[in-house]
Amino acid sequence: MKHVYLIHKTMSEHNLILVYEGEFTQEITKSVLSMAEKNLDSIGEEQNIKRKVFNVMVECLQNICKHADSMKREEERRAIFMIGKENDSYEITSGNYILNTSIEGLKAKLEQINNLDKEGLKTLYKDLIKTSELSEKGGAGLGFVDIARKSGQKLEFDFEPVNDENSFFSFKTKIIRSND
Amino acid sequence: MKAIEIKGTEDTPTILLDKAAGTFELSGRSLPEDAAEFYHPVLQWLTEYATNPNPATELTIKLEYFNTASSKLLLDVLGKVEPIQGVKVTWYYFSGDDDMQEAGEEFAELIEVPFEFKTY
Repeated sequence: MKHVYLIHKTMSEHNLILVYEGEFTQEITKSVLSMAEKNLDSIGEEQNIKRKVFNVMVECLQNICKHADSMKREEERRAIFMIGKENDSYEITSGNYILNTSIEGLKAKLEQINNLDKEGLKTLYKDLIKTSELSEKGGAGLGFVDIARKSGQKLEFDFEPVNDENSFFSFKTKIIRSND
Repeated sequence: MKAIEIKGTEDTPTILLDKAAGTFELSGRSLPEDAAEFYHPVLQWLTEYATNPNPATELTIKLEYFNTASSKLLLDVLGKVEPIQGVKVTWYYFSGDDDMQEAGEEFAELIEVPFEFKTY
């Protein structure tokens, strides 16, 4: 049963205050949100920071839900979501399987976002909201742009090759706590 | 015209659309995964209302959180009221919530309707 200790140790070394691994649905999203909200309340986190963390969480979790629907095998639909609390920031991290063929498009989208400043992101957001149609899964491609705007930081991401078909997409957003 | 009264939940807003009472309000949290499905009856109601509106229509939007899927639908809601004569939007945001204030200002820039901003 050493893995129990190892998981515990890893979590505390990375200052993780919440980790969920498994299947993602809207019901699970609601539970994770409610748990995180209680957690932030008990820490006594400032309202503005709490709202930013909450907003970024919603977009990350719903991205995973929408994406999971397009993966064929149950194992590939499993994903991970975690929140870490550092002295000066919260780190919201997610990880999910993605088709190797989707990497290029996703990478281009994230790099485009990272190359924009505050005003550029605002313009892109307004363009997308005006012109994009909701995809059948409910997204309007606005999620990552919104995350970048709410955090005010560059998005961090990585693709870990798994096999010929899939890679594991890791995505991290930072919310700075002492922003005044 | 029959009023719409949808009670809010942890991920969907409270919606009150009542022509006779002159109440047009969205409040709470809007985080549904399928925002298009949730807002469908609201858009339908507003389409019908726009054909024979009250002389003045004040739409109150007082949201604590909304996801990006909802933001697209909120723009659709505002698009429905845009052609109505005598329409006004009151956008409430929690005092100090710069993100929600900015979100309202962006909608105001996208839609040709007078916006009033209030904090709570």
